[in-house]
Amino acid sequence: MFDAQTVAMLAKETWITIYMTLTSTAMAYLIGLPMGVTLVVTAKEGLKPHPVVYKVLDFVANIVRSVPFLILLIMLIPFTRLIVGKSYGATATIVPLTIAAAPFIARLVESSLLEVDKGVVEAAQSMGASNWNIIWKVLLAEARVSLIVNGTIALATILGYSAMSGAVGGGGLGDVAIRYGYHRYQMGIMMVTVVLLVLLVQVMQYIGTKISKKMDKRNR
Amino acid sequence: MIRVRERMYEEVMISVKDVSKSFASKDAVVNALDHINLEIHRGEIYGIIGMSGAGKSTLVRCLNFLERPTAGTVCIEQNDLSAMSEEELRKLRTKIAMIFQHFNLLMQRTVLDNVCFPLEIVGVPKKQAREKAAELLKIVDLEEKAKAYPAQLSGGQKQRVAIARALAMDPKILLCDEATSALDPTTTKSILALLKDINRRFGITMVIITHEMAVVQEICTHVAIIDQGSLAESGTVEEVFTRPKTKAGKKLIYQGENKDYSLMHGKKCIRIVFSENSSFEPVIGNMILECKAPANILLADTKDIGGIAHGQMILQLPEDEMIANHMIEYLRERKLGVEVLEDYV
Repeated sequence: MFDAQTVAMLAKETWITIYMTLTSTAMAYLIGLPMGVTLVVTAKEGLKPHPVVYKVLDFVANIVRSVPFLILLIMLIPFTRLIVGKSYGATATIVPLTIAAAPFIARLVESSLLEVDKGVVEAAQSMGASNWNIIWKVLLAEARVSLIVNGTIALATILGYSAMSGAVGGGGLGDVAIRYGYHRYQMGIMMVTVVLLVLLVQVMQYIGTKISKKMDKRNR
Repeated sequence: MIRVRERMYEEVMISVKDVSKSFASKDAVVNALDHINLEIHRGEIYGIIGMSGAGKSTLVRCLNFLERPTAGTVCIEQNDLSAMSEEELRKLRTKIAMIFQHFNLLMQRTVLDNVCFPLEIVGVPKKQAREKAAELLKIVDLEEKAKAYPAQLSGGQKQRVAIARALAMDPKILLCDEATSALDPTTTKSILALLKDINRRFGITMVIITHEMAVVQEICTHVAIIDQGSLAESGTVEEVFTRPKTKAGKKLIYQGENKDYSLMHGKKCIRIVFSENSSFEPVIGNMILECKAPANILLADTKDIGGIAHGQMILQLPEDEMIANHMIEYLRERKLGVEVLEDYV
C-alpha cells in the first residue's frame, strides 16, 4: 500500500511524536509537580496556609488552561524562538507543550494529593514530622497510585496537543496528518497516522494501569 | 499494688490550666473548650469522657498542640508548650505518641515500615529502625504480619500496628483518641488489655479519650468528665463512678438505667453504694428484718472498676417516714453510701 519511503517517514515521525510527548511531559512535571504540591500546602486547610501564594498559583493555573492550545502555540512563538532559536520542528514544540501542560499537571497533582487521608497527615504531625517529611513520605508516597494514573492521563493529553502542533509546523504524526491528509488529500496516510496515535495512547494507558495496579497496596 | 502505683502519680506530667479553645466559623464563634483545668501525673491512665461533640478530641489535641488553645497554658513536665518554637514542639511531639479511632496507618507501607516511620523521620538508620520495629511488633503480638500491608489486617490488628508505631520513639505519654471506638467489644477488650500492660511495663502516662463508660471502667485510674466544652468533674475513677456529683456526671454514669423515674416521684427512694468491704454482709436482708418493713428494690447493679466490684442499688422505702428514716440510719451505720434521690435526673 505504501512505499518504503513512506513507511520510513511514518516510523520516523512516530518516534518524533514519542520524543515530543515524553520530553514535554517530563519537563511539564518539573514545573507542575512542585506547583501542585505548593497549591496543596498553601491552601487554607494545608500544611502551611499562605493565601497570597495560593491565589497567585491558582490564578495562573486557571489562566493558562483556559487559553486554547492552538492559540497558546502561536502566542508563544517569540518566546520559543528566544529559547530554542527557531519556532518550528519537534524540539521547538516542546516549549509551548511544556508551558501548556504544566498547569494542567499541577491540577492533577493537586487532586491526587488531596485524596490522601487527612488523618494520616495528622498522625505524622503528631509524631513530630516536618512539613518536608510529610510532603515526601506521606503525601507523595501515599498518593503515588493516583499520581501514576493521572500521569497517564497527562501523557495522553500531551500526545494530543503534540499532534495539534502539526498545524504550525511542529513535526510528528500530527504534522504528517495535516500535510498529507489536509493539504494533499491523501486520506490513506492520514488514517494511518490516526491509527498510530490511537495505538500510542492504548500502549501508554496499558502501561500506566499495569504500573499503578502493581504499586497499589490498598486492596489485597 | 495500688499503693505502689500511687507513689508514681506524684510527679505532674501534664498540666492544663484554664485552657479555652474557640473556633471562628462564618457567623459565630464556637467555644469548643471553656476554661479547662486538669492535672495528670506520671503513670496514670487518665480517661476523658463525654458525649460526642463535648470537646474531648479538641482537648487531647491541645495536649500536643496539634490545636493551639485560644487561652490558657498546657505544660508537659513543667514546660510551657506555648513558649516553644515549632522546632521544639516537633521534638517534644516525638515523645508524645498518639493513636486514633481510624488508626491512620500509611496504606502504601508494610506493617514493619509503618512502625519504622517515626524513627525514619528523626533519622534513625534503616537497619536499626527495622530491628526496633520488629521488637515492637513482638510486644503487640503481630510479628508474623511484619510484611503485610494495612489493608490486609483487621481493625484490631491495625490498632496494634498503630500502638507499636506509637511506642517506637519510647514516648512518655500516649494519647488515645477514641482508639477503640471503631472496634467490636471483644477486640476492644484485647486492645485495652494491651494498653494496660504497656502502662505497667513502661510506665507510660496515658490519656484515653472515649465516649464509652466501659473503657474508663476497664483501664483508667482517673477520669474527667467533659460536658459541652467544660470540665464537669474529675477524680479517681472510683470516686467519680461511685459518687458522681454533677448532673453531667450522673447522666453519663447512670445512663444504663433508662428507667422511668416518674414512678418514684413522691415516694422516698435512696441510692446505696457498696464498696468492696460491704458486699459480703447480707445488709438489705438484715435491714428488712430489723425494721420489720419491706423495701422495694428498683435497681441493682455491680460494676467492675479496676478489678474491684462496686455495687449500687436503688431502693424504694416504705411511705412511713419513721420506718424510712430508720432504714437510712441503719444503712449509714453500716458505712454504706446512702443518697436520697429527690427529683432525680
